[in-house]
Amino acid sequence: MSEPSEITRAEVCCVAVAECFRGDGEILANPIGTIPMIGGRLARATFEPELVMTDGYAMLAAGINAVGTEGDPDLVAEGWNPYRTMFDVVWGGKRHVMMGATQVDRYGNQNIAALGDPAKPKVQLLGFRGAPGNTVCNPTSYFVPNHSPKVFVGQVDLVTGVGWGRGCLEIRRVVSNLGVFDFDTDDHRMRLRSVHPGGTVEEVQEATGFELVIDDTLDESRLPTDEELALIRDVLDPQGLREAEVRP
Amino acid sequence: MALVKTMTADEAVAGIESGMTVGIGGWGSRRKPMTLLKALLRTDVDDLTVVSYGGPDVGILCAAGRVRRVVFAFVSLDSIPLEPHFRAARESGAIEVEEYDEGMFLLGLQAAAWNVPFLPTRVGLGSDLFRVNPRLKTVISPYRARSGGEEELVAMPALPLDVSLLHLNRADERGNAQFLGPDLYMDDLFASAAEKTFLSCEEVVPTAELTPFHTLRISRLQVDGVVEAPGGAGFTSCQPDYERDEDAQKAYAVTSRDPEAWTAWLDEWRNS
Repeated sequence: MSEPSEITRAEVCCVAVAECFRGDGEILANPIGTIPMIGGRLARATFEPELVMTDGYAMLAAGINAVGTEGDPDLVAEGWNPYRTMFDVVWGGKRHVMMGATQVDRYGNQNIAALGDPAKPKVQLLGFRGAPGNTVCNPTSYFVPNHSPKVFVGQVDLVTGVGWGRGCLEIRRVVSNLGVFDFDTDDHRMRLRSVHPGGTVEEVQEATGFELVIDDTLDESRLPTDEELALIRDVLDPQGLREAEVRP
Repeated sequence: MALVKTMTADEAVAGIESGMTVGIGGWGSRRKPMTLLKALLRTDVDDLTVVSYGGPDVGILCAAGRVRRVVFAFVSLDSIPLEPHFRAARESGAIEVEEYDEGMFLLGLQAAAWNVPFLPTRVGLGSDLFRVNPRLKTVISPYRARSGGEEELVAMPALPLDVSLLHLNRADERGNAQFLGPDLYMDDLFASAAEKTFLSCEEVVPTAELTPFHTLRISRLQVDGVVEAPGGAGFTSCQPDYERDEDAQKAYAVTSRDPEAWTAWLDEWRNS
């Protein structure tokens, strides 16, 4: 059995991601990235068993596969979900996606396309990808492994994922390496929901380029249970890939 | 049309002219028609509009100076998230772009295939696609919304192609082609949206061997030429035949930092 002192920040993030999917039921949980995938699969392996999930590619995986085994032909499939079908699911709304964000603002607008003037960008990033469709059609959350004022910005350079007040269906949460954020405020401004153990509110606010809503619901992010810790370490990520995404 | 459409890669690209709109199948750094692109880069065609779920196909054509405009939702090498040659072309202002969401992109190809000027969608509403892509317009639904009010939708324009280039796992000599990997991507839509489609494949086989028939997703109705090209996806993945060659991809990617290394890479690659 592991002592709580041995629990890493990455493992706290996995549990914080899992909590984003609590109550989702029989929808396609589509977390993108290493810790998001571990967290989503952790939710399905524990408190949210009805979730449907891919293997990371075109298979709806019947079982729980470790990160790093995406596309393994020996996995048991419960469905075929090529990109074409994924758009059907997105537009139908039965999906909760967790994407990354190069920039995110206080209303949950996200940018993954470019920094600077879009006509001649200072930094060309991925492009709009599926962000416009995701955000207007199904619930969306974000994962940010490197919380800083360059990521949490007053205004994003380009709105790829649509936030509150611009027509999103629901931006549910943002999980970062410092804390968990939601938009459950009167005007959907971003609220600090919990600070990860070992961190402080001041540290989170300092790393954020706008003022966070902080109210009396503020809590500390919970630690993984013994069962969750064993699942993360032995089943979902035996290679320890999570530790490269969020460093201690 | 001839019942036998097998040809060389050079013959397949011979009809592509400067200024044309070329669609390229695959997705990111997966199942890209690299043998056909090598042949295209042995011609002097330029000023192309490239329509692609972009990977190294887009980066190579941009770096080689063959592109006027890229129509895209993303350009990525998957294991190297940002395509360095595309990035360099964008940041230097060398190319024009037309950006969409990756689902809208599907609708654009579908609209072209169905010969309608646009398809309606909610995708894009509220986003800065309207800021970066002045071509994009909205329509008001002629029907009453469920809520009773008026509904504004995005009118995703058709993306018609002069030519599409694809790489599949297997085909017969008539142009019926089969995918055996996990995902067809939008290859069938690229074929349907194009005036002419040329496909390469790992192996040309007798029609009776193209089983099971539901993997036969490209019909000879859409195909003008078939090129047998084992390894025709180059360093991109072509499951189940082969995985991505990560070392070769890295060797390509690092040439973005050094014009001489790039020229040497391109000359060797297109003649290989």
